[in-house]
Amino acid sequence: MSGAPETFTFTPENAEAAKSVIAKYPDGWHESAVMPLLDLAQRQHDGWLPRAAMDAVAEILSMPPIRVYEVATFYTMYNLQPVGKHHVQVCTNLPCWLRGSEDVVGACRKTLGIDIGMTTENGMFTLSEAECLGACANAPMMQIGDDYYEDLDADSTTKVLKLLKSGGKPKTGSQTGRHTSEPAGGLTSLKNLGKDEGEAK
Amino acid sequence: MLKDQDRIFTNIYGLEDTGLKAAKKRGDWSRTKTLMNKGREKIIAEVKESELRGRGGAGFSAGMKWSFMPKEVTDRPHYLVVNADEGEPGTCKDREILRNEPHKLIEGALLASFAMNANAAYCYVRGEFFRETEALQRAVDEAYEAGLIGEDACGSGYKFDFYIHRGMGAYICGEESALIESLEGKKGQPRMKPPFPANCGLYGCPTTVNNVESIAVTPAILRRGASWFAGIGKPNNTGPKLFNISGHVNNPCTVEEELGIPLKELIDKHAGGVIGGWENLGAIIPGGSSVPMLPPEICETVTMDFDALSAVKSGLGTGAVIVMDKNTDLIRAICRLSRFYKHESCGQCTPCREGTGWMWRMMERMASGDAKVEEIDLLEDVTRQVEGHTICALGDAAAWPIQGLIRHFRPLLEQRIADRQAGKSTEAA
Repeated sequence: MSGAPETFTFTPENAEAAKSVIAKYPDGWHESAVMPLLDLAQRQHDGWLPRAAMDAVAEILSMPPIRVYEVATFYTMYNLQPVGKHHVQVCTNLPCWLRGSEDVVGACRKTLGIDIGMTTENGMFTLSEAECLGACANAPMMQIGDDYYEDLDADSTTKVLKLLKSGGKPKTGSQTGRHTSEPAGGLTSLKNLGKDEGEAK
Repeated sequence: MLKDQDRIFTNIYGLEDTGLKAAKKRGDWSRTKTLMNKGREKIIAEVKESELRGRGGAGFSAGMKWSFMPKEVTDRPHYLVVNADEGEPGTCKDREILRNEPHKLIEGALLASFAMNANAAYCYVRGEFFRETEALQRAVDEAYEAGLIGEDACGSGYKFDFYIHRGMGAYICGEESALIESLEGKKGQPRMKPPFPANCGLYGCPTTVNNVESIAVTPAILRRGASWFAGIGKPNNTGPKLFNISGHVNNPCTVEEELGIPLKELIDKHAGGVIGGWENLGAIIPGGSSVPMLPPEICETVTMDFDALSAVKSGLGTGAVIVMDKNTDLIRAICRLSRFYKHESCGQCTPCREGTGWMWRMMERMASGDAKVEEIDLLEDVTRQVEGHTICALGDAAAWPIQGLIRHFRPLLEQRIADRQAGKSTEAA
């Protein structure tokens, strides 16, 4: 992992992408693009935002840099420090806690050998605690990068992490075989669709 | 129990294809132009008559909200903003719409925007829903490609654009004025009202902010009629609604049911009952983390609708049911929520910025039993000083769970303190 760079420039592809992002907002309101542009910069820069990247975004949007720093420091998804290649974020809010998020955190600690807030020495994993990620009917869950891993327990958590460690691609979503958030015991609704002719009026 | 024919979200689990062709087969985008031909006033009247109440938590009449928008466009364009910043602990219903029923949302956004004279809608999706955003974007691209939205939406001659804006991890942006600030490229700090968004919202223009579910059900209302929708549920609490059931139930799930379904029936029919049986129930939070929890004796009979739940001093909120069994450390549970609100306070108003931290620290002392008995009243008093004294409802949301705990489980708090003083090990689980 490197220190903070002196300069930051968008790649030609990302510079193009930035233009089409800015075009989504009305004339004169290009500052609306600050969040997506910071995200673009972060994705280009190994998942974190050095100050040079914020300055570059400020320049593109003709914003005072301080306004960009304000945004970057307000939203939790902007990482202002380097993070591992895989950012593991375990939800520990109430619905996940009720279904065993402590076991998930424990499995992460054990498998990765780090505590919450730390990054493995090889820069592969960062472990964080997250607030509600909005998948409560599939609790407990964790987010790694852009993907959710749901219906976890200690074993399945360990499995996912070990696979990532070895360069594999774990299956995302439910780890117990549910499709999405249908009841595990079988459907309790939507069983009679199409069997009954005609719309109910 | 809601009949399958009356369900709006027939692909809520994504068991079928979510693309345009399959969505059309399920009835999306059918006769959309005809619906638009009803005219603006008719559409708004129909939504009013359906008695649809906002599905984001506050439960305000959607049709009424739409009618606050200026009738004519003058110097400023109108906007629809769709609130997909779902993050109320326990809530995961909009996620299923975004990824499995995106066409209902886009069609609804067109109809709502048309009714309010808006040529553009911005959908603010929480940043963590990256895959859901991809799914929605695919649907948006399909809709443009098919001419359903764009320069000549559905061949109606009406121009309509649908844009997605991703949040970046801030619960407070689910508050409509904070969301607007965020969309304008600022920190998500709520605005003082008035002016209300209908007069001065996004970019200083007339704006209506609606929850994903509220918008996604409007095509069904217009297609099947206000009386169909109003005939489901209970008076003033009409229509089907998505519920999320999480926590200590055998089969946690998302399900569409009618408003007014008994809470016990909802859990027994769809979530396979409380783990260990109904007798093993400790408490339920019936509408997402912000609403006060209820003890088993109330859960036994209460129905899942706005009015019934507010009559028992709780709320329907987002319809997210969090079930806790008898072994749950309820004090620790509420303490966890207090920590959440402390984390999410935007820091703008002093009562919330200071109060959420204070309440959390006090809840930690309650959970460990280190507090003094008289501090229970002090804590209750502080929640009253935060509640109603802030720009937005986050202060209220932080206060209510604690009030619910004290209201129904005060002996538990007292016992914890007594045990601690007697030197007993206190914390359960």
